[in-house]
Amino acid sequence: MKTNDVILQTASKVVFFIIILFAIHLFFAGHYHPGGGFVGGLMTSGAIVLLLLAYDIKTVSQGFPIDYKILIGVGLLFAAGTAAGALLFNVPLLTHAFGDFNLPLFGKTSLHTAMLFDTGVYLVVIGVTMTIIQTIGESE
Amino acid sequence: MSLLHIAIFSPFLMAILVPLFYKGLRRIHTGWFVLILPIVLFTYFLQFLPVTRNNEAIEKSFDWIPSLGVRFTAYVDGLGLLFALLITGIGALVVLYSIFYLSKEKEKLHNFYVYLLMFMGAMLGVVLSDNLITLYMFWELTSISSFLLIAYWYDRDRSRYGALKSMLITVFGGLAMLGGFLLLSIMGDTFSIRELIAQASELNDHPLFLLALVLVLTGAFTKSAQFPFYIWLPDAMEAPTPVSAYLHSATMVKAGIYLVARLSPIFAFSEYWFWLVGGVGIFTLFWGSFNAVKQTDLKGILAFSTVSQLGLIMSLLGVGAAALQFDGINDNVYTAATIAAIFHLINHATFKGSLFMVVGIVDHETGTRDIRKLGGLLSLMPITFTIAVIGAFSMAGLPPFNGFLSKEMFFTGMIQLLDLDLFNLQTWGILFPVLAWVGSVFTFIYSMMIVFKTFTGKYQPEQLEKTPHEAPIGMLIPPIILAVLVVVFGIFPNLLSYNLIQPAVAAIIPSLIEPGEKIAVHISHWHGFSTELKMTIGVVALGAIMYVTVNKWNKVYNLFPNKVTLNTLYDTSLYAAERGAYTLTKSVMTGFIRTYLVYIFIFFIGILGFTMWTEDAFKIDTSQLAPIGIYEVVLALLILLGTVTTLIARSRLTSILALGTVGYTVSLFFVIFRAPDLALTQLVIETVSVALFLLCFYHLPKLSRHEERMSFKLGNLLISAGVGVTVTLIAISSHSNKWFDSISKYYIDNTYEKAGGENMVNVILVDFRGFDTLFEICVLGIAALGIYGLIKLRLGKKGGAIDENE
Repeated sequence: MKTNDVILQTASKVVFFIIILFAIHLFFAGHYHPGGGFVGGLMTSGAIVLLLLAYDIKTVSQGFPIDYKILIGVGLLFAAGTAAGALLFNVPLLTHAFGDFNLPLFGKTSLHTAMLFDTGVYLVVIGVTMTIIQTIGESE
Repeated sequence: MSLLHIAIFSPFLMAILVPLFYKGLRRIHTGWFVLILPIVLFTYFLQFLPVTRNNEAIEKSFDWIPSLGVRFTAYVDGLGLLFALLITGIGALVVLYSIFYLSKEKEKLHNFYVYLLMFMGAMLGVVLSDNLITLYMFWELTSISSFLLIAYWYDRDRSRYGALKSMLITVFGGLAMLGGFLLLSIMGDTFSIRELIAQASELNDHPLFLLALVLVLTGAFTKSAQFPFYIWLPDAMEAPTPVSAYLHSATMVKAGIYLVARLSPIFAFSEYWFWLVGGVGIFTLFWGSFNAVKQTDLKGILAFSTVSQLGLIMSLLGVGAAALQFDGINDNVYTAATIAAIFHLINHATFKGSLFMVVGIVDHETGTRDIRKLGGLLSLMPITFTIAVIGAFSMAGLPPFNGFLSKEMFFTGMIQLLDLDLFNLQTWGILFPVLAWVGSVFTFIYSMMIVFKTFTGKYQPEQLEKTPHEAPIGMLIPPIILAVLVVVFGIFPNLLSYNLIQPAVAAIIPSLIEPGEKIAVHISHWHGFSTELKMTIGVVALGAIMYVTVNKWNKVYNLFPNKVTLNTLYDTSLYAAERGAYTLTKSVMTGFIRTYLVYIFIFFIGILGFTMWTEDAFKIDTSQLAPIGIYEVVLALLILLGTVTTLIARSRLTSILALGTVGYTVSLFFVIFRAPDLALTQLVIETVSVALFLLCFYHLPKLSRHEERMSFKLGNLLISAGVGVTVTLIAISSHSNKWFDSISKYYIDNTYEKAGGENMVNVILVDFRGFDTLFEICVLGIAALGIYGLIKLRLGKKGGAIDENE
């Protein structure tokens, strides 16, 4: 018997984007307000888990055709790359730089290389949680 | 690297070549190639005789580990040369003998000669080293090569047993000796024996002196098979007979004698040295000869006889130490004991070597060494018989052989002790001549047994595996040479006096001799109708009577049951050690993780509690405490409730949920302690981990899914309470002992100034201390891949993937 999850599925479709937005907000706000890559990553994967609950693994992986294990690698590469990038400028490992820039669309914006590092954290956390949940979910 | 060093190392170099000869030139017995080396070495060492005759020495040295003061100093004096000549001379004879003893077709000759050459080189190194460390190195090499040689027929059980036994005992002694050497070098600040001898009188008062003495003697006694370490020697008789003749009578077992003689100038002033060396030696003499009589195997008799004769030499060296208590060598009668020791050392090497070869011949030609089966071989093997008579009569101490002379000198040394007013000798001194005399009686008995039980009596061809006949000439030449030496030294003992004995004695008691002076060594056959001669006559008379009536009194050996022997002690203690270690491991390593946790926790409580206690570290300082608000109290009660529920819940599901409560309360604590980042993270992580717990719970196997409360164990309660109390005490104490201000002020000041952020936690995580974060995300990645690997990669025991459908 197939249950009809229409309310759950409809609600998920709406809530998913709210959660994603909140996650992205947490991530970007990290440097000035509570949040950061870790919580942002967890929240993003929480949104995907919600879809997993409402639909099934197959559907979700069609929606997000990502191999999360590769995401872990990409994230680590981001973090390690940011760390190693400092070496190119003849400063110690993991030295960050920041400054205000006038960007065409955003106007005056503060940019920080720590953000790149945090992106690495963000991607790794998503990759890790999704790999674990998907692997356990798929196993019989 | 001088010629002398090359001479010492040449056996090792030759040993490398032996397998080439063996594989390349199969038709010629490998022994012939090997034979060249000891002969060359023997003649090489002979050329030092004129040097050592004048009590001079040759010294060649090269650095081995200069930073540690380890040099390889080759030092040739009278004592070293005497041993070097014994080693190479008897070595040559044994190699010649082995050529005829070991079959070219059946035996693994390359192994045999490699081991033998290794042993020869090691032995030369022992006797010619002046450096304690090199001496020790060669010493252990002799142990190892002896081990290999005893187990030469490694497919026999008894060989392996004997090899293991000798290895364990001699290596035990060797390690003790190394300890003694290190103590000596600490005391004297040098590894050189001659430099140590030079400062002997200062070493005598050192607090470590006695310990060094005992340790060095342990090494010497184990190697030289003294009581109670002699037990390996009879079992080492499983080796091929050339090995027994070479190692276990003439050379290796004399390494301990050499060590005692070599270090006498350092230790011999001490009373302990006198009693240990002399006392152990004389008792070994008695014990060895007493036990030799009950043996039925010819090699067994010879093994115990070797033990006994080594005890004789050892006791003479101990007694010779008394000479050092008097100044000068004029009128110093106690040097006689040392002279006798060296003389008997040479004699023993000659007659015991020949006797072993005789026994080897008998074994080779009849197939047995059991004296109960042998008999009546006199007419069949006349030459062997003649050699046996010469060797055995010399061993028994009968004229005109060399054994007679050294035994007389031995008695002289022992009797002179009675006049000595030292070391409490008035009370116990009488034991020396008495034990010496009794031991000699037994020596006479077993010497006669070797000759007469083997060669006379009834011929029993049905008991023998082969038809006996005279040995091939090559097998006879080495024992003939030795027997001739026995006779020659017996008739012209003074051939040796100033060539070999005097320089060796001078090396043992150097402090008595002025430069250019010589010790009077004159061995005379007839020194009047003295006490010694009466003792010898007594030995022969009583020995003859006892030999004839041996069947009447040999029940005395049954007085000691077989269980009360040193062998049983060795076997049971080895068994007990293995058993004990096994039981201990079994009882401690239970295989249960909870047991190990108990160990860890008890150790944790013990070490921390003990430190707190001894350091008086507990301290409460309430001045730094913040006021407690109502929220904290409520949350603390909540968390307590959650904890208690987790512990006493009947169902696992309740425990999981209670644990979740604890987690969420912790995140509430983070909220009221103003840690929003932590609160957020804790909230999400707690959710994830509770979900995972539920997953685990859902998949528990149905069969053993008992819903029952955690069982109560008082021990567990006490340990967990102990851990809790310990941690709490430490937390309180460390909070009350803040010695430095926190460094967080720096972060507060610089978060925006230098890092361009306002969220201090995040700035610390990604900027100030981003290095930690880098590796924490690595940990996460590894965990994820680990889970992926665990679930996806299901290999069976043989490495193949498990098919999940089966």
